[in-house]
Amino acid sequence: MAEILKEYNYTPAKLHRGYANKSLYINVGDLSIIEKEVTQWMKDKFVGGKGFDLWYLWNAVTPETKWDSPENEIVMSAGPLGALTQYSGTGKTLVASISPMTGIPIDSNAGGYFGPLLKLSGWDALELQGKADKDVVIFIDGNKGIIRFEEGEEYPEDTHLLAEILTERFAENEDDKVNVAVVCTGSAAKTGYMGMLNFSFYDPRRKTCRYKQAARGGLGTILRDKKIKALVVRFKGVTGNLNDVADLATINRIGIKYHKQMHDLDEKQNRMRTIGTANTVMVMNKYDLLPTRNFQTGGDPETYRIAPEVFVNQFLTQGLHDGCWYGCTMSCAKCADNFLLTSGPYAGTRVTVDGPEYECVAGLGSNLGIFDPQAILEENFYCDTYGIDLISFATAMAFVMECVQRGQVTREQLGGLDLRFGNKDAVLELMHLMSRGEGFGKIAGLGIRRLKKIFVEEFGADEQLLNDIGMENKGLEYSEYCHKESLAQQGGFAMTNKGPQHDEAWLIFMDMVNNQIPTFEDKAYALFYYPMFRTWFGLCGLCKLPWNDIVPADNYKTDVPAKVPEHVQNYVDIFNAVTGMSIDKDELIRQSERVYNFQRVFNLRMGHGKRDEDYPPYRSCGPVSEEEYLSRQELYDKQLVEKQGLDPEKMTLTEKIAATRAYRMDQYEQLMDAVYKRRGWTMNGVPTPEHLKEIGMDLPMLLEVVEPHL
Amino acid sequence: MKFLAHKQEICDGCRKCEEACSQLYFKTTDRNYSAIRINNNFNTYHAKKCTQCGECINMCTANAIYRDRNGVVRIDKKLCVGCMGCVGFCTELVMFYNDDQPTPFKCVACGACVKACPKHALEILVSQA
Repeated sequence: MAEILKEYNYTPAKLHRGYANKSLYINVGDLSIIEKEVTQWMKDKFVGGKGFDLWYLWNAVTPETKWDSPENEIVMSAGPLGALTQYSGTGKTLVASISPMTGIPIDSNAGGYFGPLLKLSGWDALELQGKADKDVVIFIDGNKGIIRFEEGEEYPEDTHLLAEILTERFAENEDDKVNVAVVCTGSAAKTGYMGMLNFSFYDPRRKTCRYKQAARGGLGTILRDKKIKALVVRFKGVTGNLNDVADLATINRIGIKYHKQMHDLDEKQNRMRTIGTANTVMVMNKYDLLPTRNFQTGGDPETYRIAPEVFVNQFLTQGLHDGCWYGCTMSCAKCADNFLLTSGPYAGTRVTVDGPEYECVAGLGSNLGIFDPQAILEENFYCDTYGIDLISFATAMAFVMECVQRGQVTREQLGGLDLRFGNKDAVLELMHLMSRGEGFGKIAGLGIRRLKKIFVEEFGADEQLLNDIGMENKGLEYSEYCHKESLAQQGGFAMTNKGPQHDEAWLIFMDMVNNQIPTFEDKAYALFYYPMFRTWFGLCGLCKLPWNDIVPADNYKTDVPAKVPEHVQNYVDIFNAVTGMSIDKDELIRQSERVYNFQRVFNLRMGHGKRDEDYPPYRSCGPVSEEEYLSRQELYDKQLVEKQGLDPEKMTLTEKIAATRAYRMDQYEQLMDAVYKRRGWTMNGVPTPEHLKEIGMDLPMLLEVVEPHL
Repeated sequence: MKFLAHKQEICDGCRKCEEACSQLYFKTTDRNYSAIRINNNFNTYHAKKCTQCGECINMCTANAIYRDRNGVVRIDKKLCVGCMGCVGFCTELVMFYNDDQPTPFKCVACGACVKACPKHALEILVSQA
């Protein structure tokens, strides 16, 4: 048994109206612990979840803090609606830290049981600061009121081994395993910046741990830098009202209504219960949205080989435990059992692979030119167990592969790896190199921004080209949507607080498939409303998928179907029923605005966060290469005629590409102006003191930061 | 598989069955606590009660619903987290709940209502399914 380094006893707080009213501070450097009060002021300004995370992080760091500074914190919080069981998607943990990828606050979220069980153990938030000398495991027992530090050197690094061992170690018996949740990363987290966090939940039917990921921005890298091997929480006794809500009847009523919608409509709508998020692959392919070969094109004739049905029919097991928190009847967490690995240190063993989710199929599949479901699942498994952010890895490797395609780097410069599009063996080998910290694996995980610098400075690559095709903004890799024809989504990715991801703004279906925001004004409004609305999920501990991955049968009759008004009202009603407050849908947006603007000012405080960092790489906005233009020549030529009054017949291909680029970037500039104005920011992207006052965030500490930038 | 069967042609809607059920399990005569509900449809009485089809077993996110050795579908109250998912997912609308109860409840074919029925309109049957 591992050596116990320190044990601390506490009295677990009983929750009241969604809050424990306490947070836990742990310094892993000196193993000190502080129990902090969660004040009404914090709730008023930040609500909880990501709001609490950012507030604690602000207080922990200085403008000089780097990701690996001891004072940098990893902060986790479940939010006031977290740990409900009656409504789908109430089990998210929100995590924030200063990111190694971006140098600014990242927030990422995961399902799994950790956040809810942490909250039920009496903690609205958990701060982790300092650095340990040796690997440490932190165990919180929410029933007994124990926080224990144990030496963690002896445990394996990779998640699929580590989490199983720790679940076994801390569960009192087989039945108790569902009450244990582990947060950890994997062996590749220490060799790059894109280490992610796995959040476990025990699947009693398959008798194995399952995992969801807080993947973005290098949170796993920070965990390992702090030498935290794992966090473990145990809480037995989850029931329907441990939040001690103000109005249980309303929550039951709304929850059951929603469950019934899932039962009646899911099979007719998105088939989330059957396929999960990967249901969209063929739709994305059809609408030219599926990123293929580093976002060069939006689909491929080979996509049918990685269609959802292929995974469902050949790999996934159905009708089992696929919700990542109790009561989530959307149950989108799919699973391939007894999957035989063919490469790496675990070749020949059979494992359980969580997924594949959409981002996995698109990222590790089409975007790398790999149309092989078996390979995608194996990549998925190794990303998870090695602790690699699948999205950053996929987008970064797509970039490297295009660099190879365009002769910008050679096989020799990549340590002999044959990273051509479609070479699954090379991709898997690279993951294994990242795990071992060898060869190109030592730098591959640094991400596109740093790879661009290395390729230009050391290999003599073309800087302009690399800036055009490297799909990163603010240092974070884009998630897997080819969105060249969606101006709204271009802004949705690059005008974000933390870098391009689909947590904050996902307008692509709205813009391109359903054509719900056709005008320029519609798009600017959407880039105000949706990022705010989606931020709110992170404040409360909610998953966004239940909002619009199923809609009421009569949703199309509403005034704004894209908002799914009935479900918005569900959230308002549930928030009030939990907290006893009486917000409306406008105050919901206002709650988000407070935190969103706080995060924007936080970026400024860290030396970033202005207009110059909100520009996308041109690959995001239009065709960089001649092949890309020619692949959709008819469309682009038509746009030259209709939007610019030009005659493509009289233009060379180079001229047409240049004219398209000039037009599109001008459109982007105009969109940025409109969005900044709508968000209450200066044209340099700085929140104005007037706006901060209007939303109740004219705090001296924020005004002091924005003042020099006005 | 044991299940409760209702003879619609005999039932006169006296609701003694509801009373027996709610009294046995919740010590009340409030029919909202009964796992059998008699509905009057133009003086034809329809009984809503579990058919023991078991569709709720796999959908339960807490793994709390199981079929016992008699084939009766039961809720393990120690495992149930009160999510009410089964209530929303029951095709027959016969998984019941009340806000003052932490878990849903359902007919477990115990036969208490059979004994209480003055018209002998209820019986426990065993199917091979």
